[in-house]
Amino acid sequence: MSTLDIKGLQVSVATENGFTEILRGVDLTIKSGETHAIMGPNGSGKSTLAYSIAGHPKYTITGGSVTLDGVDVLAMSVDERAKAGLFLAMQYPVEVPGVSVTNFLRTAATAIRGEAPKVRTWVGEVKEAMAALNMDSNFAERSVNEGFSGGEKKRHEILQLELLKPKFAILDETDSGLDVDALRIVSEGVNRVKSNSDLGIMLITHYTRILRYIKPDFVHVFAAGKIVEEGGPELADKLEEKGYAEYTTA
Amino acid sequence: MSTLTTNYLAPSGREEAWRFTPLSRLGGLLDAAVNIENVNSIVLQSPIEGVSLSTKSSSDLPAISISDDLASIRAREFATEVTHIEIAKEVDLSQPVLLARSGLNGKPQASRTLISVGVNAHATLILQNTGNAILSDEIEFDLAPGSNLTFVSLQEWDSKTIHLGRQHAVVSKDATFNSIVVTVGGSLVRLLPTVEYSGPGSSADLQGLYFATDGQHLEHRLFVNHNVPNAKSRVNYKGALAGDKAHTVWIGDVYIRANAEGTDTYELNRNLLLSDGARADSVPNLEIETGEIVGAGHASTTGRFDDEQLFYLSSRGIPAEVARRLVIRGFFAEIIGKIKIEEIENRLMDRIDSELSKVGA
Repeated sequence: MSTLDIKGLQVSVATENGFTEILRGVDLTIKSGETHAIMGPNGSGKSTLAYSIAGHPKYTITGGSVTLDGVDVLAMSVDERAKAGLFLAMQYPVEVPGVSVTNFLRTAATAIRGEAPKVRTWVGEVKEAMAALNMDSNFAERSVNEGFSGGEKKRHEILQLELLKPKFAILDETDSGLDVDALRIVSEGVNRVKSNSDLGIMLITHYTRILRYIKPDFVHVFAAGKIVEEGGPELADKLEEKGYAEYTTA
Repeated sequence: MSTLTTNYLAPSGREEAWRFTPLSRLGGLLDAAVNIENVNSIVLQSPIEGVSLSTKSSSDLPAISISDDLASIRAREFATEVTHIEIAKEVDLSQPVLLARSGLNGKPQASRTLISVGVNAHATLILQNTGNAILSDEIEFDLAPGSNLTFVSLQEWDSKTIHLGRQHAVVSKDATFNSIVVTVGGSLVRLLPTVEYSGPGSSADLQGLYFATDGQHLEHRLFVNHNVPNAKSRVNYKGALAGDKAHTVWIGDVYIRANAEGTDTYELNRNLLLSDGARADSVPNLEIETGEIVGAGHASTTGRFDDEQLFYLSSRGIPAEVARRLVIRGFFAEIIGKIKIEEIENRLMDRIDSELSKVGA
């Protein structure tokens, strides 16, 4: 049982006019096995929260803390955070020309596991995970995310989730740009990882659509850089009906 | 040729062709007072049927092309002999022909080689340049109609080597010349991969990569002379630089003459700056005398390491230095993968890795 604990997190980003505060004191605790949906309007800071936890250099932490089982995450380098058990499925996965998916996955698995996976079992493991996500086997020889369709990029993110087996996954708008079939496949992938491990999930989304496939235990409404309301799954139904208007005008 | 010696004027550095080159580091190769000795430097690593190598007197085998490059003009003047490599007509060599350098002594030397490819012959030649040399080198390629030559030139020189070279192909009707140039070694390397055509339907594909670290000057000056109708050319050079005073120069000249209707050409140069203090010059030039062409274009980019790529890989647990190596290997993979010999590909990648770790990039 692990705990990801975010307390009073304040984050700024450098702009032309100096620093702009984006997160204004975020408090959130996620335990293993729990799924927390973070919902909010565009520009509310949801993605900043995701990238700050993962350690993107663009964001400056100006206050608060993030700990994983009591260990300071903010003091870790980006790769150390991944090794500690954090995973960020990105909204816009980055293209890395010339680096094959196979090579990338193996290098990442070696780094996360601390030793190179055994070739014999590894090949099967990757094949099986790819098949489960309806990914063609020629995918493995392509360059990372290069020329991938939106759906392929998201499947590739979930493939990594399956293979790297983190303690906590932050899914940043994983549903964006997916058609119904792709959304179902990707969601099933997330649910499969969760049922095989004790994964804790922070599911960032604008729409309630993905919540039909990935059931949240908790729903948090995010607006203007902090959580403004919390509840159970029923809160998502309310958002579906009424939208974010009451939070943005308040 | 004696008139040349008396009238010879060493470049001042203001000439367009020499303005990027540190003239004080040429080891005497362009110095009128320096005597350059002949060396028949290219040797076959093992005999192969259909390939012959002989040595001829320079007067019996004059140059097949006109050169305005001072270094190769001097190489012609001082090289008393020519190494002649002949690929028999109609042969299709399934194995690459491996060539190496021999007889280099670290003093100013000149070497001339002519590689003749027979009608409809199909061959791959791989020249591995190693050792310590001060070399003025000219290699000419004479491609007979319908022939197909891939020439791989690997500059894996020792760190003090000075190498001025011209690699000039004359590509005749329906022949194809593929050049792959990889420059990772040497103190100063200035190479001129150049092409002219002697018949329609001919094509040239010039690929290259260079990786310069601390103090290295690596210069590649390409020239494709579209002097016949319906010929094609592609140029793709990629470079990376790391460390203080690493300097690369890429010049891509393409000249489409008035009679060269139906020309199809594109050239591309991409540079990746891995640290401060390095400098990449990139100058594409396209001169067009006829509008009746299929296409002509060029692109040149010089950029820094992409932090988003680094973040993406790091966020999957990959340490920063491993991530950088992956990205750089990926950057070069497009060119190195064309060599299609795993042993050589690995050796070059390992060399790049070790140069990288030396400069701590």
